[in-house]
Amino acid sequence: MWRYIVRKFLAAIPVLLGAALLAFLILHLSPGDPARLVAGEGAYEEDVQIIRKKLGLDQPFLVQYLRFVGSSLRGEFGRSLRTGRLVRDEVAARFPYTFELAVASLILSIGIGVVAGIAAAIRPNTVYDYGATLVALAGISTPVFWLGLLLMLLFSYYLGWLPASGRGGPLWTLAGWQSILMPAIALGTPSAAIIARLTRSSLLEVLRQDYVRTARSKGLIERAVVGHHALRNALIPVITVVGLRLGALLGGAVITEQVFAWPGIGTLIVTAIGTRDYPMVQGTMLIAALVFVVVNLCVDLVYAMVDPRIRYE
Amino acid sequence: MSNAARPLAPAARLPAERQAGAAFLRRLFRRRLVILGAVLVVGFLLVSLAAPLLAPQGYDEQDLTRRLHPPSSQHPLGTDMLGRDLLARIVWGARISLMVGFLAMSLGFFFGSLLGLFSGMYGGVVDRAVMGFMDILLAFPGILLALAVVAALGPGLYQVMVAVGVNQIPAFARLVRGSVLSVRKHEYVEAARAVGASDPRIMLRHIAPQVIAPVIVLASLDVGTAILASAGLSFLGLGAQPPLPDWGGMINQGRAFLRSAWWVGVFPGLAIMLTVLGFNLVGDGLRDALDPRLRQA
Repeated sequence: MWRYIVRKFLAAIPVLLGAALLAFLILHLSPGDPARLVAGEGAYEEDVQIIRKKLGLDQPFLVQYLRFVGSSLRGEFGRSLRTGRLVRDEVAARFPYTFELAVASLILSIGIGVVAGIAAAIRPNTVYDYGATLVALAGISTPVFWLGLLLMLLFSYYLGWLPASGRGGPLWTLAGWQSILMPAIALGTPSAAIIARLTRSSLLEVLRQDYVRTARSKGLIERAVVGHHALRNALIPVITVVGLRLGALLGGAVITEQVFAWPGIGTLIVTAIGTRDYPMVQGTMLIAALVFVVVNLCVDLVYAMVDPRIRYE
Repeated sequence: MSNAARPLAPAARLPAERQAGAAFLRRLFRRRLVILGAVLVVGFLLVSLAAPLLAPQGYDEQDLTRRLHPPSSQHPLGTDMLGRDLLARIVWGARISLMVGFLAMSLGFFFGSLLGLFSGMYGGVVDRAVMGFMDILLAFPGILLALAVVAALGPGLYQVMVAVGVNQIPAFARLVRGSVLSVRKHEYVEAARAVGASDPRIMLRHIAPQVIAPVIVLASLDVGTAILASAGLSFLGLGAQPPLPDWGGMINQGRAFLRSAWWVGVFPGLAIMLTVLGFNLVGDGLRDALDPRLRQA
């Protein structure tokens, strides 16, 4: 097991170095002169030169890249052009909000997805099954930002039950709960649909196994057969997907946060793109990749613990 | 004699092929949901082609005296903040959405399949380099990579297409590589090599047809994914710029009037959902129809 962990960990290092290079390259190649942006319009050429030197933009490409990597290894990830603060500090201030949103939507999507998947699988090829399939596909096909607006229209404007946007407070307060509900539903709907479809197909596969037939033939009621025997094995692939969804939700939160004015990383990135704060975009992208890779690594490890076959591949 | 025999061979083979094709179509359309999907896809395709007939006034005819009018007989889906007919804009917008969806998917399909084919065929250093690059692309969650690409290229329709297409490359590359690895060792490939077939010929004539089925499934699903992703970028204001009737951008515009004129933001979203649903239903049906395990069941 330790060898597996070390191997997986080592494999992640070149990926992250490559991700840093890609993030750096994309934004380095983009048009526009960051020094001029900082100096402001109508600034004197000498001032722009001074700023360019100060930001290190007069250095060769490789030096600039190595500086970015060095800064990232120190855990700083560069410095924002707009605020002058370290990207690390900017992200650290916002990350908890994105994380709580991602986790809330994941919990919702597991709850809805697993139940819907079971409901479809125990009555295959019936109205329930087709209905669940259609609803799940509609969930995958719905733009989250549009779903967010529909929820807002219904629950905030017409019914007046929930606040339209913003974060109401910590999650242990009622206002906090009310404010996270709609963004979590909007963000979690595609995941719920994916989990529902996977649970259905996985459970259908398991229900065909011999040991399930044995359980039935010894006279167990259907609830015990499905709940005790089949579901345990059927949920193994679901666990992997759930883990991978957490990473995807962290990234997918970008647009949802925009709709609900949620003060997370998504809002930070979109603002940075709008103001052409390239070091900010680049640093945030790398941090997002780092978190994503680490989350996926953890999922791999959990999966290897659950299923020993993986370790020896 | 050979002349007499030649026309016979294809003619004799034809009924069997036709039967296989008919059996495939029967399997495909056995599920009602696939029919629904096909109707949606073909419907939106026809709408986009017939836009000049359906909405001859174009997508940008303004009538400032009729701003934010609710749905009526004259404007079935209402008007937007500039008094433009929403139905006309959605009809013309179908062209943009479908074009972005197909072109972004084609970009991912072309480069992804090519890279996957090379990677699986040659293995070794090529494989490690290509798959390493794909891992790097996959290290960015969600549409973050697309967002960065658009940030670098600047907002616009074509930029979004490239950004979304790049995002789709890894899925095709991985799929094709995996399929190539599984067929590469088959005897008929060895045989082709033994009779002196060149690598490109082996790849295109012998391997590609064997791996194309799952790729078609992924492609049909990816058109929907691409439409969704590009709508997301447009919603952030990074897609086609006004006055182009981009569905994602229209939702963004409708956001400001959600309380007073819900139709401005709601109908374009419905169009996105139905289009993407169509592609997903068809892709799902294709997967089931092409899956040999399900065929026997």
